[in-house]
Amino acid sequence: MNILVVLKQTFDTEEKIVIQNGNISEDGVEFIINPYDEYAVEEAIKLKEEHGGEVTVVSIGPDRAESALRTALAMGADKAVLVDDEDLFGDEFTTGKVLAAVAKKVGFDIILGGQMAVDSGAGQGGPRLAEELGINHVSTVVKLEVNDTAVRVERDVEGDLEVVETSLPVLITAQQGLNEPRYPSLPGIMKAKKKPLERFSADDLGLSAADVKAKTEIVDQTLPPKKQTGRILSGELAAQASELVQLLRNEARVI
Amino acid sequence: MSKVLVLAEVRDGQLRNVSLEALAAAQVLAEGGEVVAAVFGANAADLAVTLGQHGAGTVYTADHSALAQYTADAYSQALTQLIELAHPDAVVLGHTAIGRDVAPRVAARLGFGLVSDVTSLEAGSVFVRPIYAGKAFQQRKFVDGKIFVTIRPNNIAPGTPDASKTAVVVPVELEIKDLRSIVKEVVRKTSGKVDLSEAKVVVSGGRGVKSAEGFNTLYELADVLGAAVGASRGACDADYCDYSMQIGQTGKVVTPDLYIACGISGAIQHLAGMSSSKVIVAINKDSEAPIFQVADYGIVGDLFEVVPLLTAEFKNVLV
Repeated sequence: MNILVVLKQTFDTEEKIVIQNGNISEDGVEFIINPYDEYAVEEAIKLKEEHGGEVTVVSIGPDRAESALRTALAMGADKAVLVDDEDLFGDEFTTGKVLAAVAKKVGFDIILGGQMAVDSGAGQGGPRLAEELGINHVSTVVKLEVNDTAVRVERDVEGDLEVVETSLPVLITAQQGLNEPRYPSLPGIMKAKKKPLERFSADDLGLSAADVKAKTEIVDQTLPPKKQTGRILSGELAAQASELVQLLRNEARVI
Repeated sequence: MSKVLVLAEVRDGQLRNVSLEALAAAQVLAEGGEVVAAVFGANAADLAVTLGQHGAGTVYTADHSALAQYTADAYSQALTQLIELAHPDAVVLGHTAIGRDVAPRVAARLGFGLVSDVTSLEAGSVFVRPIYAGKAFQQRKFVDGKIFVTIRPNNIAPGTPDASKTAVVVPVELEIKDLRSIVKEVVRKTSGKVDLSEAKVVVSGGRGVKSAEGFNTLYELADVLGAAVGASRGACDADYCDYSMQIGQTGKVVTPDLYIACGISGAIQHLAGMSSSKVIVAINKDSEAPIFQVADYGIVGDLFEVVPLLTAEFKNVLV
């Protein structure tokens, strides 16, 4: 089975955000594989272990994104593609077009990705990519079974569970609970250094900057307003409970 | 904007709140222009009354067997056809399980941009949305093509219904074909519970709740308040509750009027998911817990003592 995983390198979720001149500062920031994409990488490797085949991991991003791809290779992916051409960076419209061009070039039976990235939080990549390729997609998946070309998934729908049957080729987006991503082993890390990683430019993909020009732009980025220090109640717990209920009713007026 | 289309969403036969919020957003965008809505399902004509009172001049209704249960295939075909029929300048959906799934697909099909998970609108069609799960905010605008947004539930106030307003109901025939997936079963785990993303009050528990049974104490408080129950990642990882309840940078981001954090220390990932709540109450044994830094009101104490006291107090006041 030819398994394609699309992933994004994101800030570690521990990181605080610093904004300089409207831009998010990357100074001293630790980067990780977007946690939802990490579930997709793990699921892809499990599919390969069960059915055979090859796992290709793909990312769009600057040079630093290579380390996220190397981590996925160390987990057990076979090869990687990095699209590091700035002409192909843009908004979600751009990403859908560029990933589709990569998928067509590399080939696939199934595509896996996270249900969203923890930085942008947009969650558009999966459905857009599937549409650009003319294939079906199922999102927020917590269980995946592939049997020949038959695909059975369980998906999380705002806390309810849906059982969906579909078939290959399909794009699946991973939700938390799909699996427990493995840690790369030491031999895995050593092997990953030698696994193939190709860099694609607009020319390689037969795209021009105009084809994928963003439909939206960022006007500004800001931090949320600082919260005023709250009030810690004191006294007997029963009196505190009673005071709190009064405050929520009469001061905060939320009850 | 001369015409704005809202896709209204129905759950358990009722319009979702977020669809009324989307109509309010559409009226801001329309700036006096036309607001139209679309709704799927058998009783769509009844729902059109409410949609009309909330500002929809026209309501397109479609009753098709393929739309009874959501699939990306059927809904993306239906929404694409509605957009082609109505020719709106802007399209607004709720950022719900359906909206977040179908909107990007339709945007790609029609070659549109899409700004998802919008929490407020600013002058000049500028859309504000959280990034890094609310650790920061981004203002976005469209530079090409139609405006297409999904709005986060609970952030844009719905308008007051005007009983004198009625919508023109236009039934439409949709052609839906070549469906590639079948929903075999829906396991309702949330029936009878308040939806986390739309809840006005959220009671949430962390590792301090100590066990799955411990969450019963939180459910008792939630019942009195009509609240949804959420959890920190720590509580989910420890198997006290289902991951669908997780609030944080991975998990759900919630913005209720009142958030009551019980036995949650307040890791940065959790704070990202809830610190935009209007009022935050923290209950924790550890007075140094970071959750107190974002709390409006705090009680330092054992949640198993404090929460039952609060439940009893709220019962006195509310029942």
